Amino acid sequence: MPKLTIDGVEIEVAPGTSILQASEMLGVEVPRFCYHDKLSVPANCRMCLVEVSPGPPKPQASCALACADGMVVKTNSEMVHKARKGVMEMMLINHPLDCPICDQGGECDLQDQAVAYGFDRSRYHESKRAKVDPDVGPLVKTVMTRCIQCTRCVRFAEEIAGTPDLGLVNRGEDVEITTFVEKAINTELSGNLVDICPVGALTSKPYAFTARPWELRKTESIDVHDAVGSNIRIDARGGEVMRVLPRLHEDVNEEWISDRTRYAHDGLKRQRLDRPYVRDAQSGKLRPASWEEAFSVAAEKLLSVKQGWKAALVGDLCDLESMVALKDLMGSLHETNLECRTDGAFYDASSRAGYIFNSTIAGIEQADAILLVGTNPRREAALVNARIRKTWLNKRVKVGVIGEVADLTYPYEHIGTGPADLENLIKSAGGFAAVLKNAKNPMIIVGMGAFQREDGLAVQALARQCAETFNMVREGWNGFNVLHTAASRIGALDIGFTSKDGFDLGKVELVYLLGADDFPMEYINPHAFVIYQGHHGDAGANRADVILPGAAYTEKNGLYVNTEGRVQMARKAVEAPGEAREDWKIIRALSAYIHRQLPYDDLFQLRERIAREWPHLMQIDQILPAPWTVFGLPGKVAGTSFVSAVQNFYMTNVITRASLTMAECTKVFLHHDVAEAAE
Amino acid sequence: MKKHLDLHAAYQPQSFSFRSAEAVKDILSRYPEGRARSAIMPLLDLAQRQVAEDGAKANPPYGGWIPRAAMDEIARIVGQPPIKVYEVATFYSMYNIEPVGQYLVQMCTTTPCMLCGSDNIVKACQDRLGIGLGETTGDGKFSLMEVECLGACVNAPMVQINDDFYEDLTPARMVEIIDLLEQGKEVPVGSQTGRLNSQAEGGGTTLKDAKVRKSGT
Amino acid sequence: MLADQDRIFTNIYGQESYSLDYAKKRGDWDNTKDILAKGRDWIIEEMKKSGLRGRGGAGFPTGMKWSFMPKESPDGRPSYLVINADESEPGTCKDRDIIRNEPHKLIEGALIAGFAMGAHKCYIYIRGEFYNEAMTLVKAVQEARAAGLLGKNAAGSGWEYDIEVHRGAGAYICGEETALLNSLEGKKGEPRNKPPFPAAAGLYSCPTTINNVETIAVVPTIMRRGGAWFAGFGRNEKNTGTKLFCISGHVNKPCNVEEEMGIPLKDLIEKHAGGVRGGWDNLKAIIPGGSSTPILPRSLCETALMDFDALREVGSSLGTAAVIVMDQSTDVIRAIARLSFFYMHESCGQCTPCREGTGWLWRIMQRMVRGNATVDEIDTLLELTKEIEGHTICAHGDASAWPIQGLIRHFRPEMEQRIMEYRKLAA
Repeated sequence: MPKLTIDGVEIEVAPGTSILQASEMLGVEVPRFCYHDKLSVPANCRMCLVEVSPGPPKPQASCALACADGMVVKTNSEMVHKARKGVMEMMLINHPLDCPICDQGGECDLQDQAVAYGFDRSRYHESKRAKVDPDVGPLVKTVMTRCIQCTRCVRFAEEIAGTPDLGLVNRGEDVEITTFVEKAINTELSGNLVDICPVGALTSKPYAFTARPWELRKTESIDVHDAVGSNIRIDARGGEVMRVLPRLHEDVNEEWISDRTRYAHDGLKRQRLDRPYVRDAQSGKLRPASWEEAFSVAAEKLLSVKQGWKAALVGDLCDLESMVALKDLMGSLHETNLECRTDGAFYDASSRAGYIFNSTIAGIEQADAILLVGTNPRREAALVNARIRKTWLNKRVKVGVIGEVADLTYPYEHIGTGPADLENLIKSAGGFAAVLKNAKNPMIIVGMGAFQREDGLAVQALARQCAETFNMVREGWNGFNVLHTAASRIGALDIGFTSKDGFDLGKVELVYLLGADDFPMEYINPHAFVIYQGHHGDAGANRADVILPGAAYTEKNGLYVNTEGRVQMARKAVEAPGEAREDWKIIRALSAYIHRQLPYDDLFQLRERIAREWPHLMQIDQILPAPWTVFGLPGKVAGTSFVSAVQNFYMTNVITRASLTMAECTKVFLHHDVAEAAE
Repeated sequence: MKKHLDLHAAYQPQSFSFRSAEAVKDILSRYPEGRARSAIMPLLDLAQRQVAEDGAKANPPYGGWIPRAAMDEIARIVGQPPIKVYEVATFYSMYNIEPVGQYLVQMCTTTPCMLCGSDNIVKACQDRLGIGLGETTGDGKFSLMEVECLGACVNAPMVQINDDFYEDLTPARMVEIIDLLEQGKEVPVGSQTGRLNSQAEGGGTTLKDAKVRKSGT
Repeated sequence: MLADQDRIFTNIYGQESYSLDYAKKRGDWDNTKDILAKGRDWIIEEMKKSGLRGRGGAGFPTGMKWSFMPKESPDGRPSYLVINADESEPGTCKDRDIIRNEPHKLIEGALIAGFAMGAHKCYIYIRGEFYNEAMTLVKAVQEARAAGLLGKNAAGSGWEYDIEVHRGAGAYICGEETALLNSLEGKKGEPRNKPPFPAAAGLYSCPTTINNVETIAVVPTIMRRGGAWFAGFGRNEKNTGTKLFCISGHVNKPCNVEEEMGIPLKDLIEKHAGGVRGGWDNLKAIIPGGSSTPILPRSLCETALMDFDALREVGSSLGTAAVIVMDQSTDVIRAIARLSFFYMHESCGQCTPCREGTGWLWRIMQRMVRGNATVDEIDTLLELTKEIEGHTICAHGDASAWPIQGLIRHFRPEMEQRIMEYRKLAA
């Protein structure tokens, strides 16, 4: 443990700690551009120079120099000030003075540090250099004259995203960041390039020229576009979500978010249900209605259809509270036909260990062998995939895949495509079976693609057998993981929004859809009465007889349980449009119309009600290990191959389907319509 | 020094393959297992030479350059993303990523050559060929390029044409050399005044006795 | 003057063939096995005794450098010797002569040096423009392999050793040792941050020593004649041996010559290069050690001695011992401005002060050549060189600063006069 002095304060740090990191621990600010704690260290910007003795009589790059015993570091000496001022002057000579029209303005590292460390005027009287702005796709805008060549983007693309499309070509003062061959950066993490760029060279294309950071109201919240539960910050102006940014959570999303999380929010402004509707008996068409009328029509049907002939389905984006309220509502009518697995997945929900991501996302880094079954994590949970890649990068974790062949950004062994291959793996001794056997922390990740089939329960049993065969579950380590794709799912499973014996959607006479859009509406009895509560005019609303306009995730406070079983709290950033209301309130109001008023008047009381029955759901940001029990149903498996639950990363739910940005991405990245990208 | 790749230029071939698998194998064998990336530079050179061979037979002729397809093929061979090859190809000044003339005349103008009159050599070349720096003659035979010190400073001024150095030049001799090359005639490489390599004109001041060399160490 | 008997490079001009037969007649490969039989420690000790300092410009003691290499590899990583033949410093053309006329001295030296540092593999990185020289070197290596001097049992020593030649492709910066390593690994020639130093993590992250061609090529002779013999040349124990000098520019007979370390600059020029064009009095200035070393005005050239410490005392440096002579006809501002262009052109572009600063320096220098500047700008220029110097990843930034600092130190009046003349003309 080296002990050193920084600005007169002594500190002892772990071996390998850089001077810059040690300074941070002491709260000493060292300016930097190229250094980023999640990326490799090139020490090329030279902004973090500090004076170190013993050593050569010149300042040293503190990001790249490891602390050593007895070092005396000065971050505030004349030598350091001179060096910073000089580097800053050099940094600015070719940087345009276009801050007033730059989207980075107001949150620009270069701007801030120029004020803090630079000259107050320029001594550069020569011509500034011109640059070509490469087109890197529909999400990231480039203005390369602003680039300071720190190469954070190159390193991010190569190291974190695993899509090394960016490079620094040419040399000397002609170096430029580019894909070189007119190529869109094909990664579902590309928006993070905007965040890591310390200047305005890479900015958000959809957000371009729409807002200034100081105009925005910032709300810390949780994302719902997949089951990862990425921590986000929603920036809004007035009633409009202007952008979504990541928030640091080392155990979940680190400091990244996927492009769906970041860029789908324009879908919140389109196709919205902003008032109640009722289907007109005569014309058969939906017509606007008052809340009172909509509630009355719905209540009448809820009371008239006999017990046992009603069902409720919850979709992928529902908050926990509204699902509990709906369960209570249905319960008050003694109705048990509840289901959250609207994606057609068959799996046993009786044992929590059988349906959550037991190892935790951060736990992936402990694994030394990973078996992926019926999943393409890159499409289903981009940040889980990034974590696997990180583990591969750090220690070359061995990965095996049973399922589709796809570019996952790290090498893997393709073992097979279907359940039979999993059966064979369990029986065999060589190949990847040996890898799993010899691993200290082996792990299996089962995707929804493995369950969205008739033999889902048997596959689940097989996966359990696999985990047990290869000793994946023991004291202190549970390597059995289910990777969900829906933000609402674990919460719904935890509160038992499932039906044990199943029911026939084709026979029930009333269906209550709470944001449930992602299944074929033909499954519903054509004569059934459908109540749709949700925020987008999508498949469910189209089928509905009554529409109750609800709030999207940015418009309500709510709890979400991610695939790990981690409960997180989302916060309201903007008001729901028009007459739309928060979902639990709608259900609470409806309960009065059927004379079974739910016993909570505010969110606090509702959460208390949740805490009484499911205390673990009030343990915010905690993960409780689930006991290992028997689950699944051993049986015959089919010969068909697993298909990933997500085929188009950019189109997975009602919000993304309403998003123009996601449509553009689909065009460019899935259909390789490059002409559009260049436009 | 800025290199631009025109992807859609008519001259860009759709594909590229190395004529000699043997030569590729030989290059890869020079580096340890798992270090094939080291072969990027020699493979770029091999590609450029292969194109030069084709170019010498073509009408109009052209010199060695590296098509985009060749860079992609090299990336495939060494198992690296193509951008890593583009980065290398644009970093080093000897890789031409656009076509050049059959004879690439690289004129050193760095201070030691400048002191010895490289300005006049440059002017002689430009006047004789009627082209400027970075340009190629209409018949595809000559390209002119200004380059940095080529490491033959005691034989200044000098130029490099393709692989060969022509040293101790005068403007008149420079024009003669171009004439001879244009006519397909041979030109002796090295010093054009007939002195022995870097020895001083007139036989030098040391090592005059051949016996010294025999006794050696 | 150094006696011919004391010259190491007896075929430096290529009077004879470079080939193995002739090289052997000149004494190369004479009982190399016996030298290796004396062991690693003896070789390194002898190198230390010789006082040899690296001939690539920085002048680091060679024996000490070798001693940094791990005795054995605890983790199985091999050690490498890498020879820097990327000779690109303007004014310098000595390694080229060794490679084309004395390649076996280099190859034998590579075996001895490699053995001394526990390496089984050596890469020689030669600048791409030296195509014919590289072909000669490859042929010489093949000769040595065929004769059993390299291979499984190199020179009968029992030590396995082989050499590969890797050609560069036009980048001065690859002469910087860690840029060279990156280039050898198939990357851009961007210098690395140090530490770690190559002896700890160099080529392919393995322990590596990088030596200049001349440094390695003198090793066999030092082994045969003894470190003490080598140390007998030169003014003192810190400036020993013989050295190849390159004399270019305004002299009557530019040439390369091997001379004793510490020879007076004036002697070197008058005895070997036929004197300054138009006589010594016609001398204006000399760059004594290759382009990056600060220029010396005639007054300092008169008495300057050509070794590491003597040149440092007069505010310059021995560098690669490439003497660039300028007579009175020289536009010294333009001569230095041309070097500024060189450093801009050759900057790798990786770190800020060098990428941005070298271009800035050149643009101001360009104006200084015409006189289109203000006198204050001379101070700004000097300040800018200090903003670059010492703030970069490698020494390229420093090298771009020194020539201008030297110019301002010794020729400021001329710069000011140029500005005045321009103003007069403009007015």
